[in-house]
Amino acid sequence: MSAVRLRLDGIQKSFGATRALKRVSLEIAPGEVHALIGENGAGKSTLMKVLSGAHRADAGTMQLSGVAYEPENPHDARLKGVAMIYQELNLALHLSAQENILLGAESTRLGWVDGRSSRARAQAALAQLGHEGLDLDRAAGEFSIAEQQIIEIARALLIQPQVLIMDEPTSSLTQADTAKLFATIQRLRQQGVSVIYISHFLEECRQIADRFTVLKDGETVGSGLMAEASLDHLVTLMTGREVKDLYPRTAHAPGAVVLEVKSAASEPRLKRATLQIRAGEVFGLGGLIGAGRTDLLRAIFGLDELAAGEVCVVGAPASENGPRERWSQGIGFLSENRKEEGLMLNQSIADNLTLTKMNRLGRWGWINGPRQRAVAQSWVEALRVKCQDAGQTIGQLSGGNQQKVALARLLEHPARIFLLDEPTRGIDVGSKAQIYQLVSELAAAGKAVVVVSSYLPELLGLCDTIGVMCRGELLAVRPRGEWTEAEIMRVATGSAG
Amino acid sequence: MKAVLKKSLAQGGPFLGLILVIVLFSIPAETREFFLTYNNFKIIFTQTVIVAIGALGMTMIIVSGGIDLSVGSSIALTSVTGAMLIQRGWAPLPVVLATVGAGALIGLLNGAAIAGLRMTPFIITLGSLGVARGSAKWLADNQTVNYDSSPINGWMTTADPFSRALPTGVWVALGLAMLTALVLRNTVFGRHIFALGSNEATARLCGIATTRLKISIYTLAGAFFGLAGLFQLSRLRQGDPTVAVGLELDIIASVIIGGASLNGGVGTILGSMIGALIMAVLRNGSQQMGWPTYFQEIIIGLVIIVAVFLDRLRQGRQT
Repeated sequence: MSAVRLRLDGIQKSFGATRALKRVSLEIAPGEVHALIGENGAGKSTLMKVLSGAHRADAGTMQLSGVAYEPENPHDARLKGVAMIYQELNLALHLSAQENILLGAESTRLGWVDGRSSRARAQAALAQLGHEGLDLDRAAGEFSIAEQQIIEIARALLIQPQVLIMDEPTSSLTQADTAKLFATIQRLRQQGVSVIYISHFLEECRQIADRFTVLKDGETVGSGLMAEASLDHLVTLMTGREVKDLYPRTAHAPGAVVLEVKSAASEPRLKRATLQIRAGEVFGLGGLIGAGRTDLLRAIFGLDELAAGEVCVVGAPASENGPRERWSQGIGFLSENRKEEGLMLNQSIADNLTLTKMNRLGRWGWINGPRQRAVAQSWVEALRVKCQDAGQTIGQLSGGNQQKVALARLLEHPARIFLLDEPTRGIDVGSKAQIYQLVSELAAAGKAVVVVSSYLPELLGLCDTIGVMCRGELLAVRPRGEWTEAEIMRVATGSAG
Repeated sequence: MKAVLKKSLAQGGPFLGLILVIVLFSIPAETREFFLTYNNFKIIFTQTVIVAIGALGMTMIIVSGGIDLSVGSSIALTSVTGAMLIQRGWAPLPVVLATVGAGALIGLLNGAAIAGLRMTPFIITLGSLGVARGSAKWLADNQTVNYDSSPINGWMTTADPFSRALPTGVWVALGLAMLTALVLRNTVFGRHIFALGSNEATARLCGIATTRLKISIYTLAGAFFGLAGLFQLSRLRQGDPTVAVGLELDIIASVIIGGASLNGGVGTILGSMIGALIMAVLRNGSQQMGWPTYFQEIIIGLVIIVAVFLDRLRQGRQT
């Protein structure tokens, strides 16, 4: 065996002004399982896209088995021996397992699919994985998630890959299925396939990987043998950074409880969450993507149905659990997804801003247009939204300015309990600072604010109380002083206790 | 300033198109004599009434992100209903109310199925297209419904070339267009229609009762279609269950030529009315040129494609 299967050296990649990868290096031996670790936004996905040919690096070199490796596109990467299994499975659910395994690589004779040879190849790929029993004629959609994943891996194996990349393969698997997947990975390792294993779950990485590389802010900050690294060491590598003083610290004096959530659960992700929010408090929700934080906010706001538990708004009569009722109880929700849910991109700033309270902007169902514009204009000025006027189509504004308008909707309504899902995602630093300032002022004015954030310094800098979720459960709620970045990561990755 | 210019350009696109087709038909020797006369425009306006009233309802539906394919059949069913009531000796006002009510009922059923069963409007109204057409034929016993006479017959007449007065239908269409435009622009109901079509998720998030809203939209639009059925009856002076086959396509085309987006959230009543006029001018002009109907169909088809293509170019430049 040659000593190095894959070598990346000084990989750089920028998107506009954002430097996603600054200097990444990585070395993997044949038959090695290599864990790639890092926080949300550390650059793992970008790196894997460079590796699988979806992006091209701006600088740096890649070598595969000693030969320069420069994939043109994902198909080219596959032909050269690098296959990728994405977190979101890519199966044609109506086609059979066999058709899925052979998709794009069908055996043909004179343009007709060669059934016999196709079957043999699909069976060979499954045998290599130790899953000979899988029914090749069933539609892919009828299999469980774990089996669908096997079908994907079998597809990747068709072209005899040298490197197999797996992105968060266990995020939707049960523990038993995870154990089976690990057995499959062991088989691949014995056959000499190198596996790059990306996961937020550090315990799993320790279990399956031989070596690791940690990415932080687009740079390789550490690598080594998994057996020699402690969890603490990994967490410190992932999070060790200076917290800049972006966060205004006004003294908050939390008052009475205004919102109580008791053992709330909802399909498909939220298992159990119990919490109390006080007036004048900024409550942070930490955890990994997919841990159920957004689901919790949506369940509180009535956008998802509660499967169990209850949500009590103190001082408001009990009501049906729907967005309409929540707004009238003084709760406002800011969606993490501005484009698809938060805003009507082809409508005006004024309409977007006043959508929840148009009834109150006039009489008998007619809207007082001048008043609506004046209301919107006053927020545009107060929040320094960069635009022509309140009549401008909101889709023409920058992300940060769109977000300010989305927030202004809650302010104007006016809400007294703010549910903010990733309020600073994808916006510029100036707008971020402004939103931090605003959140702090709201709490000082006695409003209750719940902030979901994947960015740890933001949680620690902004919130008075922090709750951390993992796999659908709200595990720990403590005052900010009792949390560190490492401690949050420990709970979020399921490695506490 | 630039925004104002852009906005007027967006509104002006269909208007320029209308001017263009009018000018084009005014030039040839065959039509020069008659085309640009008051009497001809009286005919064009009268010929626009049914499509225009249909387009009022359709604009609301398309702006809300929906579609209604059952309009032609609804018009046939409601006009048969009206004719049968006249036959039974009903007075004009009850006939009007019943015809409009029948249209609203069809719309209510469409809306309830779309919102309640969460099915796509295309499928539901494709189904009700057949149901309504079949019901019209069944109700009329598969033949035309004739009656002696009714004041309703006079509402669409252009027979008297010496009278300069426009028929009632034109005034009704004009008045309703202005009212609907105001409702869409200036009422909570109207703005919620835009919200629903622009982004249903946002509408739900902001507490809009989207199910109830959808049902109201289809019901109100159905009432417009019932009124269009009434004017269809007035024009034919009989109830014909096979009338207005494919008229929904003319109506949808008017709305689209007028600048509405099938993705929802975009559209104006003024644009749709101009779109309806463009269609009527094209038909009227082609007839006067002596072109066969198949040629008219080809031209109208091409105009729809060109109009939407130009519209997309304009929108592409905006973003």
